[in-house]
Amino acid sequence: MEALVHRLAPPPAYVNPDDVENEDASWGNLNELGVVKGMQIPRVPDPAAFLSTYTNSMSQNPQAKIKLAHGTTTLAFRFKGGIIVSVDSRATAGSYIASGTVKKVIEINKYLLGTMAGGAADCQYWETYLGMRCRMHELRNKERISVAAASKILANIVYEYKGQGLSMGTMICGWDKTGPAIFYVDNDGTRLKGDVFAVGSGATFAYGVLDQGYHWDLSDEDAQELGRRAIVAAGHRDAYSGNTNNLFHVREDGWEFLGNKDVSELWYKYEEEKRQARAEGAPAAAAAPTSEIQPVPMEE
Amino acid sequence: MSNPMEMNGGSVVAMIGKDCVAIASDLRLGQQAVGLASNFEKVFPVSDKLYIGLSGLATDTYTLRESLRFRVNMYRMKEEREITPETFTHLVSSTLYEKRFGPYFIEPVVAGLPDATPLNPNPKPFISTMDTIGCITTPKDFAVAGTATDKLYGVAEGLWEPDLEPEDLFETISQTILNAMDRDALSGWGAVVHVISKEKVVTRYLRGRMD
Repeated sequence: MEALVHRLAPPPAYVNPDDVENEDASWGNLNELGVVKGMQIPRVPDPAAFLSTYTNSMSQNPQAKIKLAHGTTTLAFRFKGGIIVSVDSRATAGSYIASGTVKKVIEINKYLLGTMAGGAADCQYWETYLGMRCRMHELRNKERISVAAASKILANIVYEYKGQGLSMGTMICGWDKTGPAIFYVDNDGTRLKGDVFAVGSGATFAYGVLDQGYHWDLSDEDAQELGRRAIVAAGHRDAYSGNTNNLFHVREDGWEFLGNKDVSELWYKYEEEKRQARAEGAPAAAAAPTSEIQPVPMEE
Repeated sequence: MSNPMEMNGGSVVAMIGKDCVAIASDLRLGQQAVGLASNFEKVFPVSDKLYIGLSGLATDTYTLRESLRFRVNMYRMKEEREITPETFTHLVSSTLYEKRFGPYFIEPVVAGLPDATPLNPNPKPFISTMDTIGCITTPKDFAVAGTATDKLYGVAEGLWEPDLEPEDLFETISQTILNAMDRDALSGWGAVVHVISKEKVVTRYLRGRMD
């Protein structure tokens, strides 16, 4: 009888020994306090090499089968009236424009913004997680977290994973007791405090506009316009940036979203303004050559 | 990274219509990610009703254009007549194959309307395309080349239909290249379209996205 029951009984469910510790894990890879326990790592001798064989997460290996979203222009600068955060919205996989409507500013909470450059998923996941950690800080200390402390949480996290293929270049922007502050944090573990930052493939173009237009005493309106103009310049010249611009202004009472505008339409608008300025202001400049280079016909 | 076919960016497309053909290219010249010029045409006239688009490495676009101009002029003088699209295609093909072991980094697209001759009183509109070493294909519908090839195929496959009149063909090829360019980081910055019909060639510059 025992033998018969044993034979007819369904086989025991397969239990992966690795899963035992996740038995009551309805929190994913977070523990009951909401802190990340650690990510699952492929069991190969060199996980980082394994990852870069299949993905381009480390910006090398263009032949990789899995192309992660890359290419960006993001900027943030501090001035009299607070902080301007301005970003594009293009995501590319190789030369393919995978999306033109990416939200590259992550709203961590009412007073904190994070920007997204590099791996979209890395930035999105860890900055959302940073939002949880900031809320925990608030509940524990009955006080909002400083921008310095928040950015350090992120910097410490990415440093733990250094060399494993995380890809992010981010600016943590916010207003705390000390006033407005911007911290640049990237996947090497670099954490820098500063007034003007631009990150991404189009950053050099953005710096060009930013540096010539920036000073501390900018009016709110001029600062916002400078932020827009810098992203348009980068979107124009850099193949991997563009589509639309998202603009934020951080003040003492938290951040404000100032709208989403088409980069190409803005570019045509700025060109038209330049043309009109030339026509009115400087007659000498108006004589600039307007002739296009004509194709040379093959017949003589 | 330093793939010569993707260094400068750019795309070409040609389409057959009813007694007409159209050929279009973007206007971008880039150096990897950086856009340098928005007036770099990749389509050149060979004769009245015959055009060639040369997408790929920019330096080879010009080298090949000049080399083909020389050969077409020699043909014209020896034969004392214009070259037909078919013959021109074979001329391009053998020019490319001459460099079999160190090719021009160019994928050409030819579009032309052959003249009526006693032997061929009702000629059909003609397009052809080649790989970098001269293997010819002569599609009945459309031909594409360049960094936006995949995207051009996708859009053209959806928009093209047989026997389009010149105006409708213009609309179709314009929408095709504009929408394909908007999904390609290395093509764009405006476009130029040539519609070749029996009576005339209409060339129009399209306002495209500048990002």
